[in-house]
Amino acid sequence: MSVLVFAESPKGQLKKAAFEAVTYGHKVAQLLGTDCIALTLGSVEGAGVLGQYGASKVCNVANAALDSFDSQVHTAVIAESAQQLGADVVIMSHSSTGKSLVGRLAARMNAGSVAGVNAIPTNDGVFKVTKGVFSGKAIAEYQITSPVKVLSLMGNALPPQVVGADVSVETIEVAVPAGRITVKEVKTQDGIVPLPEAELVVSAGRGMKGPENWGIIEELATTLGATTACSRPVADADWRPHHEHVGQTGVAIRPNLYFAIGISGAIQHLAGVNNSKVIVVINKDPEAPFFKAADYGICADLFDVVPKLTESIKKFKAAN
Amino acid sequence: MKLLVCVSKTPETTAKISFSDNNSTFNEAGVQFIMNPYDEWYALVRALELKEAAGGTVTIINVGPAANDTVIRKGLAIGADDAIRVDSEPKSALFVAKQIAEVAKAENYDAIFLGKETIDYNGSEVGAMLAELLDVPYISFGSHLEMNGNVATIARDIEGGVEVAEVETPFVVSSSKGMAEQRIPNMRGIMMAKRKPLKVVPAVECEDFATVVSYSMPAAKSEVKMLDPENMDELVRLLHEEAKVL
Repeated sequence: MSVLVFAESPKGQLKKAAFEAVTYGHKVAQLLGTDCIALTLGSVEGAGVLGQYGASKVCNVANAALDSFDSQVHTAVIAESAQQLGADVVIMSHSSTGKSLVGRLAARMNAGSVAGVNAIPTNDGVFKVTKGVFSGKAIAEYQITSPVKVLSLMGNALPPQVVGADVSVETIEVAVPAGRITVKEVKTQDGIVPLPEAELVVSAGRGMKGPENWGIIEELATTLGATTACSRPVADADWRPHHEHVGQTGVAIRPNLYFAIGISGAIQHLAGVNNSKVIVVINKDPEAPFFKAADYGICADLFDVVPKLTESIKKFKAAN
Repeated sequence: MKLLVCVSKTPETTAKISFSDNNSTFNEAGVQFIMNPYDEWYALVRALELKEAAGGTVTIINVGPAANDTVIRKGLAIGADDAIRVDSEPKSALFVAKQIAEVAKAENYDAIFLGKETIDYNGSEVGAMLAELLDVPYISFGSHLEMNGNVATIARDIEGGVEVAEVETPFVVSSSKGMAEQRIPNMRGIMMAKRKPLKVVPAVECEDFATVVSYSMPAAKSEVKMLDPENMDELVRLLHEEAKVL
């Protein structure tokens, strides 16, 4: 019996998502009185660091074919690794990679699965775990009754926690089947934290009046080290790229701090952001529904307030 | 091309969410139901576009009770040729995937489309499960898809960008924004939909391993603190000292 965490490594790098997943796996292993083993696939830099987050050992399948993503191949390899290592709980991040795997693994292992868990499970004879449902409007508690369980962990649900030291990385031999997907190109913006992983997000809506006015939003985001986002009408009007659209039909996020600037706060938008820890709303309409979901509100013209806020943050950064 | 589109029935996006039976059941009273937007706007419409370009058929499949027929008829009104409903009340993603796989195994579809997730349970699992049960490739979060013969070039959304991949039929693809544009059914489509075949088939046995036992609502937000627009230093101070997020 053990808990196996697949630690994903885009472009060979372990990032926050992997550290969160191992932190979570360590806590699940403690709950079940067993060990947490981390699994990395392909060539990964410095995988021993996963020991710091609670992995008792790190296993690696060193096959270059695993450097590009094919859910079919990854599933076969993770399932066989789980069998070799005697894992009865398999955990991964609820990322674009993890979301493509959690269901596949569950089907392959004939296991119960919960995708997007947001808290540590409980186990009073029955294994139970919660996740957000109805696009963040409610929480559901699931029970899993199968011997093997597969979970994916929502990003930013719990902070990575250092509990130990580096461990050695052991190479395991697992058959890697031939893939049927050829990855041609991976286009990512370097230097910007992707929205689902961002801790600070500056988001703006129709109140901006036009794409030419986004300079003040970008300056605020750059000053904060935040990622920019937008509401659906803004993306639909092509004022901003589609990947910036947050909300029920866009990206669902849960940053530590979310600035909503010139966004009225339609229920579909709130559904994608209401799991943010702190929400600041800037809107000149005192009746904007977003104020009801906010922690801090500023009722004023955003074109006056945003540059002032940027100045205040610059002062704060200089002093700290 | 012989295409299958999996559609789910979900509460409408502005529906008020509440629970009954001691918080163990979603309260459907007064809730309007729609076709899951990702299934309708992106998966179904892209499948129809491919059929229009290269010929073939588009079949809709849904796992659910007879009440779901209105959602299925809407899909037929938008342009699908026929539909299959697996007559059952699904309780888990694996159950749904196994029912669809059972139908798909006998039909040899070239490609199976579905939305990137449903807006009720947000699991994104059925497509992946279905691909595994059928032993075919799965491309998730497709935001662009072009077919050239039996080879598809698909761009999928990943964190902070896109990944472009090539795959031969058969495959399963989940669709996100960008894949297609929403189509509103016209009167002719609605009339024709009434006469299109909707086959009802019984469910196959499948154990549910992961089921919801109870629901709760997120903790209520405390009252908003309104701040002086002239004093942004105060906001920064509160974010640092009180909220501890800066």
